[in-house]
Amino acid sequence: MSASYSDRVMDHFLNPRNVGVVKDADGVGEVGAAAIGDVLKISIRVRDGRIAEARFKAFGCGTAIAVSSVTTELIQGRTLDEASRFSNQEVIAALGGLPPEKMHCPVLAEEAVKAALKDYLKKNPSAGNA
Amino acid sequence: MRHVYLDHQASTPVRPEVFDAMRPFFTEAFGSPSSLHRHGLRARDALAQAREQVAALINAESPEDILFTSGGTEAVNLAVKGAAYASQRKGNHIVASAIEHPSVLNSIEFLEKQGFTCTRVKVDAQGWIDPAAVRAAITEQTILICVHHVNHDIGVVEPIREIGEIAGERGITFFVDATASGGWLPIDARALGAGLLSLAPHRFYGPKGVGVLYRHKRARLTGILHGGVQEGGRRAGTENVPAIVGAGVAAEIAAREIPQRSTRTASLQSRLWAGLNAKIPYVQLNGPSLGPRRLSTNLNVSFEFVEGEGLALMADMHGIAMASGAACVSKALKVSPVLTAIGLEHTLAQGNVILSLGQDNTEADIDYVLEALPGLVTKLRGMSPMWDEFERGMTDSVIRPRRDDTAPARGGKTSR
Repeated sequence: MSASYSDRVMDHFLNPRNVGVVKDADGVGEVGAAAIGDVLKISIRVRDGRIAEARFKAFGCGTAIAVSSVTTELIQGRTLDEASRFSNQEVIAALGGLPPEKMHCPVLAEEAVKAALKDYLKKNPSAGNA
Repeated sequence: MRHVYLDHQASTPVRPEVFDAMRPFFTEAFGSPSSLHRHGLRARDALAQAREQVAALINAESPEDILFTSGGTEAVNLAVKGAAYASQRKGNHIVASAIEHPSVLNSIEFLEKQGFTCTRVKVDAQGWIDPAAVRAAITEQTILICVHHVNHDIGVVEPIREIGEIAGERGITFFVDATASGGWLPIDARALGAGLLSLAPHRFYGPKGVGVLYRHKRARLTGILHGGVQEGGRRAGTENVPAIVGAGVAAEIAAREIPQRSTRTASLQSRLWAGLNAKIPYVQLNGPSLGPRRLSTNLNVSFEFVEGEGLALMADMHGIAMASGAACVSKALKVSPVLTAIGLEHTLAQGNVILSLGQDNTEADIDYVLEALPGLVTKLRGMSPMWDEFERGMTDSVIRPRRDDTAPARGGKTSR
């Protein structure tokens, strides 16, 4: 099993960071469907134009959970502009690569981050121009 | 850390007696059974003995009815394609259950591209195939009926005797894939009316690299591997003598031990399921209830609000080996077709794990699993957005909806 899961994936899977839902979140993004195997939910708190806090909930395989965990670490502290350019490639790099059949997981994580930002901008239309 | 192996349907350890019997055939008795000289003769004798041992396990009329292949998959490919090709002048229609192993269904799919047709007979919510539905699917063109003895995912025992009678009445070849049941349930190939029957010795303490195809002398079969005249001309290629010897010994041990294997695993199966059901809320057994309609080694369980691969991976970190039919496990990213065929809700299919017992598992193994698993399920539920929504009352459970909370718990009996 360890052959298909790198140490970094296993670390994030077994000791996931930032599990939960941000209280009174400024933005929430939920993507995926149980029918296809993974659901990712990322919630964020925004302070002074930056992501001050990010948390996740995930229903999915070990990779989906690891990917969600590392994503919250990566986006915390970013400006909204930086976060809007968040890419699944950063997740793959941070986890030291992923097998081809798991590449949908980081793609889902990118979508979840973007959905959370979109949700934030919908609630705070003026923030987009800041 | 304790290690508990609960994936015996994937493979079993080779028994020491089996390994000991195999060993000389790698080094000293390495001859090819086709060779004229004494080295060949010794190998030929060994094959003959293995054929007798396997024939005895399934009550074949003659050891000549036993063909050795490279594994269960090849045995199934030979059965399905070989029977179809041999009878293609009589017809081109195949009847199969919808939940056969991929080696059966994908062989049929291959044949369909060549002009054969197939009716896949639906199963009920427990995976059981109705013999009447098989009868109804037969046409004037039907040349082959394929129904497995036991399903590899959910352990359902199919009514193959009744289906064998129907096939016999109509003079159609009946292929029984017994790779999931061989060595665990008694099999009488003649009484079943099976023309063809496949076994996978590595599933009952034999080695990998060898499969068995029983062929009744009246069942027509065309070889699919071409070369020399081994296995009565039906399977070319120098025989894997050590593995075949191992298969023979494993069959002989199985013939002796099936009763105790069943009793032993049935008791562990019941202990494990009762414990999971008592300790973990929102859990469901997929397939038939424990008893004669379910293989005593199989538990296919769905834990609602979690995903099976994550659970199996976490269990592995605690020394517990199990399988999952969740989409993430398969490289095709699809849930097990068997779970789809029995109409299992998507989320429950994703939260499915398969625990398969062996005769060496102990009560202490089961108790260790029952200690470890509830915590792992709780941990994964703690990360699950579905569990979160359920707890906040936004969604409901499929297994035990809240609106039923006033009713007796699932499986419970109302006392009066």
